[in-house]
Amino acid sequence: MKSIMTGLVAGAALALTVTAASAQQGSTLAQVKQRGVLNCGANTGLAGFGVPDAQGNWSGLDVDYCRAVAAAIFDDPTKVRFVPLTAQARFTALQSGEVDILVRNSTWTMTRDTTLGITFVATNYYDGQGFMVRKSLGVTSALKLEGAQVCTQQGTTTELNLADFFRKNNLKYTPVTFATADETRSAYEAGRCDAFTTDASGLYSERLKLSKVDDHIILPEVISKEPLASAVRANGDTQWANIVKWTHYAMLNAEELGVSRANIAQSMQSTNPEIRRLLGVEAKLGEGLGLTNDWAARIIRHVGNYSESFERNIGAGSPLKISRSVNALWSNGGLQYAPPIR
Amino acid sequence: MNVIANASAYVQATALPQLPAPSSTKGPVHWVRQNLFSSPLNTILTLLALYVIATTIPALIKFYIVDAVWTGANRDACLSEKVGRQVGACWAFVADRYQYFIYGSYTQAERWRVNLVFVGVAISMVWLLWDRVPFKALGMMFVFGVLPIAAWMLLYGGARSEFWFLVVSAGLIAWSIWGDYSALKMGEANAFTRPESLVRYGMLGAMLLFGLYVQFGAGELPIVETGLWGGVLVTMLIASAGIVFSLPFGIALALGRRSKLPIIKMFSVIFIEFVRGVPLITVLFMANVMLPLFVPQEWSPDRLLRPLIGVALFASAYMAEVVRGGLQAIPKGQYEGAMSLGLGYGKMMRFIVLPQALRIVIPGIVNTFIGLFKDTTLVTIIGLFDFMKTIEASFADPSWATPTTRSTGYAFAAIFYFLCCWGMSRYSISVEQKLAAGQKR
Amino acid sequence: MQPAPETGKASLLYDPKIRGYVYQALLIGIVIYFGYQMVSNVSENLARQRIPFGLDFWDSQAGFDINQALFPYTAQSTYGEAFWVGLLNTLLVAAIGIVFATILGFLVGIARLSKNWIVAKAAMVYVEVIRNLPLLLQLLFWYKAVLEPLPRPRESISLVGGALLNNRGLYVPEPVFGPGAGLIGAAFLLAVFGSIAFYMWAKQQQAATGRIYPIGLVSLGALVGLPLVAFLATGGPISFNYPALGGLNVRGGITVYPEFIALLLGLTTYTAGFIAEVVRAGILAVSKGQWEAADSLGLPYGRTLNNVVVPQALRVIIPPLTSNYLNLTKNSSLAVVIGYPDLAQVFLGTVLNQTGRAIEIVGITMGVYLTISLLTSAFMNYYNKRMALVER
Repeated sequence: MKSIMTGLVAGAALALTVTAASAQQGSTLAQVKQRGVLNCGANTGLAGFGVPDAQGNWSGLDVDYCRAVAAAIFDDPTKVRFVPLTAQARFTALQSGEVDILVRNSTWTMTRDTTLGITFVATNYYDGQGFMVRKSLGVTSALKLEGAQVCTQQGTTTELNLADFFRKNNLKYTPVTFATADETRSAYEAGRCDAFTTDASGLYSERLKLSKVDDHIILPEVISKEPLASAVRANGDTQWANIVKWTHYAMLNAEELGVSRANIAQSMQSTNPEIRRLLGVEAKLGEGLGLTNDWAARIIRHVGNYSESFERNIGAGSPLKISRSVNALWSNGGLQYAPPIR
Repeated sequence: MNVIANASAYVQATALPQLPAPSSTKGPVHWVRQNLFSSPLNTILTLLALYVIATTIPALIKFYIVDAVWTGANRDACLSEKVGRQVGACWAFVADRYQYFIYGSYTQAERWRVNLVFVGVAISMVWLLWDRVPFKALGMMFVFGVLPIAAWMLLYGGARSEFWFLVVSAGLIAWSIWGDYSALKMGEANAFTRPESLVRYGMLGAMLLFGLYVQFGAGELPIVETGLWGGVLVTMLIASAGIVFSLPFGIALALGRRSKLPIIKMFSVIFIEFVRGVPLITVLFMANVMLPLFVPQEWSPDRLLRPLIGVALFASAYMAEVVRGGLQAIPKGQYEGAMSLGLGYGKMMRFIVLPQALRIVIPGIVNTFIGLFKDTTLVTIIGLFDFMKTIEASFADPSWATPTTRSTGYAFAAIFYFLCCWGMSRYSISVEQKLAAGQKR
Repeated sequence: MQPAPETGKASLLYDPKIRGYVYQALLIGIVIYFGYQMVSNVSENLARQRIPFGLDFWDSQAGFDINQALFPYTAQSTYGEAFWVGLLNTLLVAAIGIVFATILGFLVGIARLSKNWIVAKAAMVYVEVIRNLPLLLQLLFWYKAVLEPLPRPRESISLVGGALLNNRGLYVPEPVFGPGAGLIGAAFLLAVFGSIAFYMWAKQQQAATGRIYPIGLVSLGALVGLPLVAFLATGGPISFNYPALGGLNVRGGITVYPEFIALLLGLTTYTAGFIAEVVRAGILAVSKGQWEAADSLGLPYGRTLNNVVVPQALRVIIPPLTSNYLNLTKNSSLAVVIGYPDLAQVFLGTVLNQTGRAIEIVGITMGVYLTISLLTSAFMNYYNKRMALVER
């Protein structure tokens, strides 16, 4: 009886393992289509970028990106399975095929691009690292942080930039590193550190979680370039990389052309050749991606253009109230520049 | 003799009433003196202990009960500047979030499925741990065969799991009929009608009917992704999966370690010593980041399954050592007796040695389970939302950001873990005492 | 009479020896098969995902700082050096934790057997609470308990001897060794060896003549006296670098970080709860007759404890004590939750994350803990054998 029991248990284990598996070969797009759902690597919780509420509904700028990809493929933005990933697990999750796309405020760097078996595709948020301090500290510039103890999250580019910044400016400091953003913030709040450093977007988001928001200020210096970008596996599947890349560019082009979720119906009738190409009324550009020609129209109908997503999640329409600044369109003096769709 | 009969008048004829013992050897004063102030050192220790108690207990009671806030919709209820009084623990926060602490983000409409699994776990605990409940063998079948697959079907949902559930139910029924049929042929006339069989068929039949109902009557259970699971559900799942897998595997390892076959012994020893030599964190990291590389790409084990595997392997090694202790305690005569009856190794272990060995290591098994239960908190490190993590994650919610939210959440977690672990350890002590009493005769 | 030679397949099948061989061959086969599958999967996965494999990252520049390092470490150091920083930090907290946990554990274990009702009950409550709560929760508690009541650097608490205490840690004066300081160290070493020699000689004398020498006093005198004489003779070459408030924080001195204090407190109190039970069981295992026999020989209480009860109790205590020491060392890896830069936090956390070399780094980390475990158990087995009852 025992041996049969053991057999049963082993069988159950095997069955459990196999559920998660599904025989899949070929291109990522084919796999995603066959599976019927897009696996998207997301943050475990960064307000405004990727955060689940208590019911498990995800929202955020990064989340919208994944929904846009799903909309382009399935014409249904809900066909996304968000996999919350810690900073440690994110790249392995992408490498191992657990997620098809990683949009988790990850900085595009050369090392990551060349040694991790992944490739970055498009920057959906230009960020830079900043510092938050208590007002009572009386510090107004990061250059005055001589001798400071700085709380930061381990294993991030933040940690490396921090070392560079203080070395470059010949200042002494003591890093205090934690595994997660939550631990880092709560240590800072408990007074463990003089300053808290992470990407500026993260600072705004984390500041909201402090019990006395107004006691803390964000210093003006931005000490690094942090292009937060989407990433896919570097397995030579250019079709998939193109889908992810052009999803972002479609949202940018739509903003540039004034096409939004609100006016998509009218825009379909537009005579502007650029709009007609974007929405697939004219030319068959979507086929080049292995998608339908109305792929971009689907994105805008379900998710909206970049501006809409930005304002809804982190801009004026959100508690974070981050201004567009460097993330404005190139035509407004920002860095967001999309190659033309033609 | 006569001398006694006419005793002198000055001899007391009746017993005097007993005087109470001197106050220095009896009563509370004596007790206090004897137990608290018997020597200068003792006096100092007593005063010190009293001082510690006097400084901590009232403060704790004041913070967690007297000044606590019990109801409220958001942080305003727990901010002293808003309430206008000193505010202690913010239990309103726990009251507001308790559903999240139990289910995580599990789809709200489907939570009855989780509740059903909780009931199943409760039944199996009572069945296996309370010695008055009959049919322990059936209980084992329920816990190690029925429950895991039923829990998986219920929690995850989907057509595939329902199909497997039906297959397992049908398989168990077939196996059970076959077993009873052999018993019938062996001369047990009431093989199919003895109470144990009736209960077994009742249980399996109910299971099959339930499976059929879900499959054909209720339609497919919607899939709830494991990424949404959280809270007590995940904590319980990891702990029980750990125990369900580690017990059979641990027994096999323990037998392997005591085996006379050198290679089997070697592998068992290597496995046990390796796992016991490394911290659980490294095992979890391995399960989390290395396991996907060890299997073909298309498998990509589920994020929840990975720590389950890690914890199960980890617990097996510890369980193996507990079981080995039990095996060593069985006198040699039992083995020799079994062999002289002509029993083979399998039968000897199954009918003679293991029943005795497992009985005496029940306390050890429960203690391992307590350790496992406490260790489930480590899965937060690899990003799973167990009970502990759901509480911590709630601290980040601005609508409950108050100075006392954190203390309240941790206190709630402490109470939960303490009650569970302490309850189990009480149980294990009671079993130990019962076993000891049996030994004494 | 010759036994009839058994014939047929059945005898082969039921020969336990042959069965044994078959089982073992089967096991080897399974292990080889799974091993092969694993290796081929790994190499295939690595190749497909273009993840490099190897230890070439070991000498690359790490680029991040670590606050507590036992040897000079900067952001320009290598990943290899970061590994050593982490390992030494693990060993540091484990070594100190073991000492404190042993002391506290013995005290609580003895207190549980105390005749003083309130002390016994308090010890019991301590043990029950500590053993029934997850260590992770306790560490978070200690970290909060260390950080919360301490003041900000500007309101640092001054302690005796020039030490400062605030929520950034404990700052103790750092000794600065001038010329001739080496002599003091030499004197100390001399005292250590002298004490050991005296101990051995005294034990021998005691065995031979029954005379008892004051080993403790003599050793203490030597350990304190000799370095003191050297210190005075060389004209006091040790000065102290006192910590003082400067800028945002305290400057100078040696810093003991709150993470270290919290981890140490957490590991010590947690392990002590387990050691207390071990000690209690050990003392209870010494039969009452031993106490009575010692009493009837007229041994005073201290000698009874020292020479009769404890040596016997130790025999029961040592094996479980060893596993508690190992548990403490392994549990120190929970440092990741409070940010103490131990091996797990630095290597398994930061370095893994910066390099992405999952297999190599998890493998090395496991190997290190395994080595520590095996070395400790080997040593303890040796010690245990020495302490074991010598039966004639």
